[in-house]
Parts: sequence; structure tokens; C-alpha cells
Amino acid sequence: MIKLEAIYVLMGLLTGGIALVNARDDSNPRRWRNTLFWGVYAVLFLAGSYLGDLTNGILVLVMVATAAAGLGQGTRETATAAGRSASAARYGSRLFVPVLIVPLATFAGSVLLKDLTVGGLPLVDPKQVTQIALGIGTVLGLLAGLVMLRPTVSAPIVEARRLMDSVGWAAVLPQSLAALGAVFAAAGVGKVVSTLATTWLPLGSPLAAVVAYAVGMALFTMIMGNAFAAFPVMTAGIGLPLVVQQYGGDVVVVTAIGMLSGFCGTLMTPMAANFNIVPAALLELRGRYGVIRAQVPTALMLLVVNIVLMSVFAFR
Amino acid sequence: MLPLIGILIVIVGFALRLNALLVVTLAGVATGLASGQSLPDVIAAFGKAFVDSRYIAIVWLALPVIGLAERSGLKERSRDVISRIRAATAGRVLLVYLALRQITAALGLVSLGGHAQMVRPLVAPMAEGAAENTHGDLPEATRERIKAMAAGVDNVGMFFGEDVFVAIGSILLIRGFLEQNGIVVEPLQLARWAIPTALCAFVLHGARLWWFDRQIARQVAADAPAGEQAS
Repeated sequence: MIKLEAIYVLMGLLTGGIALVNARDDSNPRRWRNTLFWGVYAVLFLAGSYLGDLTNGILVLVMVATAAAGLGQGTRETATAAGRSASAARYGSRLFVPVLIVPLATFAGSVLLKDLTVGGLPLVDPKQVTQIALGIGTVLGLLAGLVMLRPTVSAPIVEARRLMDSVGWAAVLPQSLAALGAVFAAAGVGKVVSTLATTWLPLGSPLAAVVAYAVGMALFTMIMGNAFAAFPVMTAGIGLPLVVQQYGGDVVVVTAIGMLSGFCGTLMTPMAANFNIVPAALLELRGRYGVIRAQVPTALMLLVVNIVLMSVFAFR
Repeated sequence: MLPLIGILIVIVGFALRLNALLVVTLAGVATGLASGQSLPDVIAAFGKAFVDSRYIAIVWLALPVIGLAERSGLKERSRDVISRIRAATAGRVLLVYLALRQITAALGLVSLGGHAQMVRPLVAPMAEGAAENTHGDLPEATRERIKAMAAGVDNVGMFFGEDVFVAIGSILLIRGFLEQNGIVVEPLQLARWAIPTALCAFVLHGARLWWFDRQIARQVAADAPAGEQAS
């Protein structure tokens, strides 16, 4: 059975390779820091499941300390603009093929692999089909690229290093935030917040309760970085007892639109790093909050829309 | 109140634009200590949660193939393709992607998009290329805006598309939560009530994209030296 562990080996090879390329690149004045950062990350992928929790925690702290000291970036160009234009003219739209294979194979894999069995056992761990399909999709895309473009052996990892170092430590932020969410949950942060909200907010009318629930979902999502973490807290604190039970709101409408109000919060917070901070780094924006700034007007308008929809349709 | 110290650290840290990775780690350690755990326990809990969520990082496996294609002229080709479509503008390219992203997400095909898989290699270069075709060389601030909008379109399209699909995580979470509270609802009912917001999201964000071309034109004009504007 193919499990996530197999994909983690690939990730270990990728990050380990990135560490090696950095170690050999003297155009990066901080190359040893980059080597340490990506090298430790590689260890967490290859051995994280076997090391103890405390060891893993210390390794994460080493990465964080290295990132806080500051990572660098190699300055050597891997291809000239003229070379890229000539290659673009030569290959034409075939260049899209390897790139498009990744999402298409991920989709096909997540549908087809679900029910595939070998000798009575599922070929792929059924709980992790999408992630495994993504891993397989990237391998297929890379193979297609290698066959078509016939680059030097080191080219894929050198190019991956270029992109990964332009993202830098932001690549690890989503995982740290997930860890923070777990710590918050264990410490009971949610309960404190919902107690505060119900104590201090004016909730004396159906509309006020709807506003408190929707805005509370958005705000708490901004704090947690994740609407899934905010939903149980806010719905147990305000949504169910007040909007539904006290004022007789329709439970389906209230909870469905409550979740969508949380999504408005996701669009506005750096805590949702994989949606807002990572793409800013990946697209090499100079402003770290550029993506959030582009999304805030839409998020605020949709929050108002959600409040209106909920107060109109929940109390028909 | 003490557990809220982590939230305070996060807000102050992000506001001061300190290294976010450091801020988040400190917030986690502070929260754990404030709730009475020992330092080794806090570090171990953080390490465990970090390792348990490694699956989030799998998307980076797409970087070798994207880097390889970029080295071979992928962005140049994207711009070339878009330049042959006369009607293409940055706003319209993004509007088409918004529609595609939202519709495919509503059909459960969330994996067909993504910032690493689609936006960086294809959508952002196409939008930039379309703007270059209309305005020539772009000021850096305009490039930033276009790329940021491209990333935002992927998010808006996915968030407000996926909930229309019955088997998505958020719908199942709502259902599971209500079930624990003794209320049984059908996923289809929940998904149905995601449709009004989804339509409004498309109209509102689409309208912003419609305006976006004018904003670009204004920004480019403001950036151009006065002499050129007169001619």
C-alpha cells in the first residue's frame, strides 16, 4: 500500500537536494544557513515519523532560529532571457504539457486510485488519496518534462532550489501555523474567546446575534488562520444557542453561511499563510501582504452579503 | 485569560512585521507555558504537530517541473499565447480563471488549481502578458498588483466554489458538528445554501476584475513621464 510516508521520502529528497545545491553555491553569501535550514527540513521528512516528538520539536526550533537569523538567495542566473525565448519558440505550446500534467494527474489519481485494490488491499491509503495523487502527479509531470526537454541531470533540482529559495522560510509557515492551532486548541483558547464574545457582545436581537456570529466567525478565523478551527467554537458559543435556539433561525442556513463568513476571514489574515503569505512569496511580491490587500475589499463585501443572506433566509 | 497571550504575540508580531515563523513559534511556546505545561512538553507538542502536518508541504513537489518548464521558456510562451488573443486584458484573463476555478471547485475538482500549480506558471504570466500587450512595459507597482490579484482570484474562486460541492471538508465538518449536537442535516441542504454566496462572490469579485483594467490604465498613465502623456 502506498502511504504518505512514500511521498515524504520524495519531499526529503527534494529538500535535501535543495540543501546540497545551496552548499555548493558560493554566489549566496548565506549559503550555509540555507543548507542548514533545508537540510534539517529534509531530516524531518525522512525521519520525522521515527524520531521522538521532543527531537522533532528541537529540529523545528533549529529551523526557526536559522530563518530568524536570515536566509539568503543565490544570484547566479540559470538561464538567459535570450535562451528562454529561443527555447519557447522551439517547443511552443508543448511547454504547457508537463505543467498541466500535475493538476490533471492529481485529479485523475484522486478519482481512480480511491477504489484500486491489489490482492484485496487498497493500492493507496484511502484516507490520503488526494495528497498521494498530488505527489504522483508531480512525478509524472517531471518525467514528461525530462523526456521532452532533455535537460542536464541536475537541472530540475537546481530550478527547484531557485523557486524554493525565493519562497524561503514562508514555505514552512503553514506547518508551523497548523502546529500553533494544535497548541491553541489544547490550551483552550477557543473557549476563552467564545466566553468573552458572549459576555461582551450585545446580542439582544436576532440581527445583532447574526452579526455577532458572522463577524465573530470572520474575526476568530483571522486569529486561528482557519475557518475549520473557528467554526465549532463560534457555533457552539453564538450560532446554535442564540441564532438558532433562542431566535429560531434555520440551522442549515445559519451554519452553512456561518462557515462562509469564516472564509471571508481567511481572505484577510496572514495566519492563513498557505493562501495569503506563501503565494506572495511564490510570486516574488515585494509586499508580504500584497495578496491580502488585493482580497480585503471582496472579503468585506462578502461578509456583508453573508449577514444579509443569513438574516433574510434564516428567519423566514 | 492567560491562554490569550499567544494571540497577543501573533497580532503584535505580524503588525511589527517581524519574522512570521519566529512569531508563530514564540506564540506557540508562550501559549503552552501559560497553560501550565513544561518547556520540553511544549517543544515536543509543537514538534509533533509540525510533523503531523507535513502533508501541507507536498505541493512543493511541483517545483522541479515548474522550474524546469520556466527555464525552457514557459512564461515567455504564456505571454506569447495571450498576445494572439486581441480581446485579452489582465482583468478578463483573471475573470475567465475566476469562472473556471469556481466552477471546477463546485464540481469537486479543487485540485485543478492552486498557486504553485496554476497561478505562478500560467495565470500570473498570462495576466501580466495581456497587460503588457495593451500598455507596453509595466511599472513595477502594476506588476505587483496584477500578480497579487492573480493569487487572490485563485483563493476567492476556490473558497466560494468548493462549498457548493457536497463532499468537501467544510460541509462534512458542519454536518459532523451538528450531529454531535443532536441535529441531523443532509450535506445537500448545506451545499445548497452555499450557492447564494457563491454567486455573489463571482459577481462582486468579477466586477472588481472588470474595473481592474481601468485601474491598470490609470496606474500606467500616472507612472509615464509627462512628455509621453502629451504626445
